[in-house]
Amino acid sequence: MTVHAQPKAVGLDQLRLGTKACVASIDWTMLDPGEAARLRNFGFDEGVAVEPLHLGPFGRDPIAIRVGRMTVAIRRKHAGAIQVFPLA
Amino acid sequence: MNPLRLIAVAGSPNAGKSALFNALTGARQKVGNYPGVTVERHSGRLMLGDGRPVEMVDLPGAYSLEPSSPDEAVTRDVLLGKQQGERLPDALLIVVDASNLDNHLRFALQLIELGLPTIIALNMVDLAKRDGLELDPVRLEQELGVPVIPTVAVRRRGVADLQTALDDMFSSPRRSAHQPVKSDLLSLQRRAREIAAAAVISETPVRRWTHRLDAVLLHPIAGPIILAALMFIIFQAVFAWSATPMDWIGDGVAWLSTQVSAVLPPGLLRSLIVDGAIAGVGAVITFLPQILILFFFILLLEGTGYMVRAAFLMDKLMHRTGLSGRAFIPLLSSFACAVPGIMATRTIEDPKDRLTTILVAPLMTCSARLPVYTLIIAAFIPNTNVGLGIGLQGLVMFGLYILGIGGALLAALVLRKGVLKGGGAGFMMELPKYQWPQLKGVLIGLLARVEIFLKRAGTIILGTTVVLWALASIPQAGPGQKQSEVSIAGHIADGIEVVVKPIGFNHDIALALLPAMAAREVAVSAIATVYSIDEANDPSAEKSLTDKLRHRWPLPTALAFLAWFVFAPQCISTIAVTRRETNGWKWPLFMVSYLFVLAYAAAGLTYWTAVALGL
Repeated sequence: MTVHAQPKAVGLDQLRLGTKACVASIDWTMLDPGEAARLRNFGFDEGVAVEPLHLGPFGRDPIAIRVGRMTVAIRRKHAGAIQVFPLA
Repeated sequence: MNPLRLIAVAGSPNAGKSALFNALTGARQKVGNYPGVTVERHSGRLMLGDGRPVEMVDLPGAYSLEPSSPDEAVTRDVLLGKQQGERLPDALLIVVDASNLDNHLRFALQLIELGLPTIIALNMVDLAKRDGLELDPVRLEQELGVPVIPTVAVRRRGVADLQTALDDMFSSPRRSAHQPVKSDLLSLQRRAREIAAAAVISETPVRRWTHRLDAVLLHPIAGPIILAALMFIIFQAVFAWSATPMDWIGDGVAWLSTQVSAVLPPGLLRSLIVDGAIAGVGAVITFLPQILILFFFILLLEGTGYMVRAAFLMDKLMHRTGLSGRAFIPLLSSFACAVPGIMATRTIEDPKDRLTTILVAPLMTCSARLPVYTLIIAAFIPNTNVGLGIGLQGLVMFGLYILGIGGALLAALVLRKGVLKGGGAGFMMELPKYQWPQLKGVLIGLLARVEIFLKRAGTIILGTTVVLWALASIPQAGPGQKQSEVSIAGHIADGIEVVVKPIGFNHDIALALLPAMAAREVAVSAIATVYSIDEANDPSAEKSLTDKLRHRWPLPTALAFLAWFVFAPQCISTIAVTRRETNGWKWPLFMVSYLFVLAYAAAGLTYWTAVALGL
């Protein structure tokens, strides 16, 4: 996985729709064990390609995110636990 | 007799596992429950080439052996041989989605490590191809070390190959034994991604159908509008299409009671069968058409992949009350009837979310409350115009619906802050690819729901209606006595009257509350019966029930009665289905108690306010 020129990580919840990114780190302490297990099961892991695709109509929450070849929906709060490197 | 050998079908959610299971076992399926949990056990039989049958069990979809829902915990426990009521499988059939190998192979690798004889079905290869993904099953087989069969379960492609592979597996001697999984999930995940990448022959980026559809269906403005339109159509169908078959069932029940009445001499036995069993169960199975139509649509929405999109759209609003987007469809269904609504909560993975949804579902104004509302409103609310062409009667009806919804949201909020505090995996779900629904899958699902419903009608509901009948009929009234006063029910009503008098209810209402436990709309006929019996010899009796009510009930009593019906847990079927879905009496009892308290408070407030206002 090539690291971007200015590796400045942002929260996945801050990423604009359609911006491809790769996961820099995940703060597992922000998630309870069930949530953490579910995120791992979705394949969230350092270096994995992600892309926010859709936002919920009310309060821009939840967020639909492409992770690998899957699309998953998670709440904004949980997306905030995932730090990503945006790929221009 | 030795139990049949067992093949467990395992795989991640949305891998097409159930479609493959249906293709292999056909309609000869059994749907049961794992003991102690509300997770369904689907099993079927498969004939091997040599004529020996094996049992196949379709395990709940799981992403790994690290569970994040009760369903996934059952899958893990079965695969590790720790599930109560299930033997350790003799072989595994792992289903993976060809276009999502990076994710699905992780679970497959974990399962292969268990060391059981294993076959992998590389499912939905057609959809992968449509998405521009060409895979090499032989390479995959080499990497994984187990047979890999490409399949398209919904078109039965590859099913014969799979059958042959299963024959081979069972005819060769067992070479392996069950062993614990050693690798950690993270390294399995990385290995899965390597294998998935190695198995790709070519990949051409194409604009996928699912993305195009989501651009519209999940659009911040178009999405909710389409959802609202869909729900409107479904509700129209539930009420419009069901009218005729409901009439047929009603006529059938009436015909049956006439026939039975003609054959049996008048007396207790005839009364038991006609007034108890036939009338009671008849009142409940009248709802079968509505339940069928509603579930048809729910299964359709589920089968296409739209259901999770609806949850996505509604999640934020539902979350504010402590529920999740997943609760939207079950609660909406409860407007038709709480029974299918509560049954539909099975799609909610988080146990606390699910329980909260079940507990508030009866507050959604179900269609059985309509006859009661209609009667009381017609009798007591003047048919005047409040301006802008809005009638007062319609406004009151609308207000009753809003009262129910408000009560449900409030109850959910309180429950989530109190007895059901905390959450599990919250709202985290996969948005699977859109698919054409499979008629066969929908029909199998429908049949299972009908069976659950009819079994309830046949057992618990029949039992309670007979008890209610007995209370109302024993002892028999002598000459000059009123059955409604002599019977046990009459005496119970005396007791109830003491409790409900402060909220403005009279003896007639107290008496009607008892049979209304069987089904709400029975309250109407119960009141009608009481008044017609009491007036049998009075030539000046008012003709319509509306007129009778108007002369006997003061307005505050009528309003309190309406408020009571918004909240009261008056339906045995709902209590029965809650018991089934929560696996015990604790939660149904809790539900009944809190709803009675709410109903009493609401009726009381209404009555006292109305009296104070001099209505």
